[in-house]
Amino acid sequence: MASGIKDRVAILGMGCARFGERWDADADNLMVEAFEECLKDSGIDVSQIGAAWFSVAFDAVNVGPSGIPLSMALRLPNIAVTKVENYCASGTEAFRGAVYAVASGACDIALAMGVEKLKDTGYGGLPVRTKGTTYDMIGAAGSAPGNFAQLAAAYRAKHGVSPNDLKRAMAHVSVKSHANGAKNPKAHLRKAITEDQALNAPMIAEPLGLFDCCGVSDGAACAIVCTPEIAKALGKSDLVTVKALQVSASNGWEIQGSGWDGSYFHTTRIAAAKAYQEAGVTDPRAQISLTEVHDCFSITELVTMEDLSLSDEGQAYRDVLAGKFDADGEIPCQIDGGLKCFGHPIGASGLRMIYENYLQLLGRAGERQRKEPPSLALSHNLGGAPNLNVSAVAIVGLQGA
Amino acid sequence: MVGIIAVGAYVPRLRLQRQAVAAAHAWFAPGLRGLAKGERAMSSWDEDAITMAVEAARDCLTDLDRGRVKKIVLASTSLPFVDRQNAGIVKEALNLGDDVGSLDVGGSLRAGASALLDALYAAKGGAGEVLCLASEKRKATPASEQELINGEAAAAILVGDGEVAAEFLGGHSTSVDFVDHYRSDGQDFDYGWEQRWIRDEGYSKIAPAAIKAALAKVGVFADAVDRFIMAAPLKGVNDAVAKACGVKPEAVMEPLAEVLGDVGCAQPLMLLAHALDSAKAGQTLVVVGFGSGCDVLVFRATGKPARNGLGVAGWLARRKAEPNYFKYLAWNGLLPIEKGMRAEADQKTAMTALYRSRKAVFGLVGGKCSKTGTVQFPKTDVSVAQNDRAVGTQEDYPLADRKAAILTYTADRLTYSMDPPLYYGAIEFDEGGRLFCEFADVDADDVVVGASMRMMFRIKAVDEMRDFTKYFWKAVPDYRAAATSALAAE
Repeated sequence: MASGIKDRVAILGMGCARFGERWDADADNLMVEAFEECLKDSGIDVSQIGAAWFSVAFDAVNVGPSGIPLSMALRLPNIAVTKVENYCASGTEAFRGAVYAVASGACDIALAMGVEKLKDTGYGGLPVRTKGTTYDMIGAAGSAPGNFAQLAAAYRAKHGVSPNDLKRAMAHVSVKSHANGAKNPKAHLRKAITEDQALNAPMIAEPLGLFDCCGVSDGAACAIVCTPEIAKALGKSDLVTVKALQVSASNGWEIQGSGWDGSYFHTTRIAAAKAYQEAGVTDPRAQISLTEVHDCFSITELVTMEDLSLSDEGQAYRDVLAGKFDADGEIPCQIDGGLKCFGHPIGASGLRMIYENYLQLLGRAGERQRKEPPSLALSHNLGGAPNLNVSAVAIVGLQGA
Repeated sequence: MVGIIAVGAYVPRLRLQRQAVAAAHAWFAPGLRGLAKGERAMSSWDEDAITMAVEAARDCLTDLDRGRVKKIVLASTSLPFVDRQNAGIVKEALNLGDDVGSLDVGGSLRAGASALLDALYAAKGGAGEVLCLASEKRKATPASEQELINGEAAAAILVGDGEVAAEFLGGHSTSVDFVDHYRSDGQDFDYGWEQRWIRDEGYSKIAPAAIKAALAKVGVFADAVDRFIMAAPLKGVNDAVAKACGVKPEAVMEPLAEVLGDVGCAQPLMLLAHALDSAKAGQTLVVVGFGSGCDVLVFRATGKPARNGLGVAGWLARRKAEPNYFKYLAWNGLLPIEKGMRAEADQKTAMTALYRSRKAVFGLVGGKCSKTGTVQFPKTDVSVAQNDRAVGTQEDYPLADRKAAILTYTADRLTYSMDPPLYYGAIEFDEGGRLFCEFADVDADDVVVGASMRMMFRIKAVDEMRDFTKYFWKAVPDYRAAATSALAAE
């Protein structure tokens, strides 16, 4: 019987590039920017890294095939580099690869790097790309906002929530993230907005307006992990350890089967339940100090609060409006601005979430530092669309928490 | 008895307002104002002669066993493919077995009548039941008379030996290279000659000769003709030809010019389908197709109903006025609009994969688990059922003619569409199975969770780099139930 990952791996150091429209930077530059910070934080030399996992999601306008681009950008000492792609959950996937490698004893120190260079497409939003030979013949030609917008239609129908109430809760999600992002020097979007601005923004995919959609950004984030013993031997005292790492991939039930009503994420519920069990969390509302969730769209964040059991089903819109997830609320969500404002360089996002949780746990988050010292922090990284997706949940915390 | 077993039709939902077209051209061609009466059927960007023919065929075959169709003939002068059988695509969309004949017919505006005549001769010769389709989506030069006169629609007529709604008495064909207009290979638009000459030397001489010959062959006197169906789009010509033949003026069928437009080679078949809706037992119908000669068909109605679906009147009743002439231009490639970079996505089709998946893509055939009854799309080796991972149990399960209800939806203004916003979402079929698909022919009010939908075969995308049209099914509001009851009440 597997005993899980809890406390078997520690984060030795992390780094994150400034996210945004980085007209000045290639993917290589972004990776170096994140890595130099991470290496300094770790206090090791590049030669000590035993293996690397490399996450990118959009090949067409990004680094190209294989793990080589990471190896070249950082001039790694010819170690194994594994490229991973799991839609927008790729970043957590790279982290999982590095953590599992250390936990297995196959290597002492491992690197997870995520990067995405999205602003070389020439247009706003995510690049249009193939979803596979069969899908391209029979699937709807929708965009990311269009796919996620459907959550709102189904959520309203299921819970009898009026369009206005839900739209206002969605606006609150974005207003909160903008307020948080304004305090984050590495964030892509650093301007606060008002509820009226969010409500009256141009429509992208009904009912999602412009401010219901996250930033499309360039960026990179990375982590160096090792065993707690090695971390201590390297002189680290306050350790952040991995408590849980769970990934759940759709098997087609939502899109092809019957029973799923379109208002929630089947995979997130599975990944969250497994992660809580792995981390020994029995009462997430009491035990989870803060969350970074995959707020690609405001409605995604809202229903995810229910899927993570942080709100009762059908009640998240009330909790959101009550400020439960604000920076000074009960369980802050996206205290760094989230995908919404920190930005969403796909392959880096899962690692960026862990980066923020890591800083918060160590009390290093500067102006945006959560006042009550957090002990367990959850990140939720989702890829795909509500009807077909990969959901990753990572819980990190202080050693002993 | 050989004749017409069933008829069907399809008219696209939008009706271009002729006044809007004439007003746009008034600065250049003020004479067009004389044609600016009523409206003409305007297909959507995602419809062509094939998709319209499919819908007409489905209308014709409503409540009929499709296994009876032994051959499909598709007549048109505006088929999307020159070398790839268009009728073959219709066959796949109707999910007919591979053991059916199929044939494209074109070459002149007589093609619809010619195809019908040939289908009847084939049925007489023992070919079995033939589904004769005629469909047109013709381009017209902006500011031409054709732009105002033309319409876009499709007709379907199932002919065979058995219990018929109209007995085929006989026909006659003449072939004359009378070039009233022509369109060369690769050209979008017709080149036409003076209308007075067409009327005096063409219709007035070629048609009466053929009609008289046909009537003489079948032994019917001209004054005994109850319905005279000729679809000349020129003013007064149908009446003049009827008169020249000795046909009663009241027998001349109104050509639907103000509500439908001239749908080219499909027009005689549309009008025939429409006429059979009200033809009484014993009435004689004459159908005339004109173009590079003349085809004449003579029928006698039996009183048995020919229509099972909506028919011409039913489809005409499903309408939405389209006052935007720019939309017509853009949809027909006559106005190069800025589509944005999202339109640049490569739409290349893997012919190997398309062939493997043809039943799913063209026929919307899913799977049903022989063990658990789970219905799914597409059919896969392993059942999608959460509680029974059955392997190799999925049997073909056609979904195209099953009703569905909306489960989720959005109106997407970001994704590229020629008809923004693009509506799409999940639909759940009443008898099981679900599909995430695009919606067509919808307005905002139509799209709510629970709304009833039916499927329609439409263009999914066009691979402009390789000039290849991709087809798939979309969900449209289920107007059929309401329309059918409205028709019955009339």
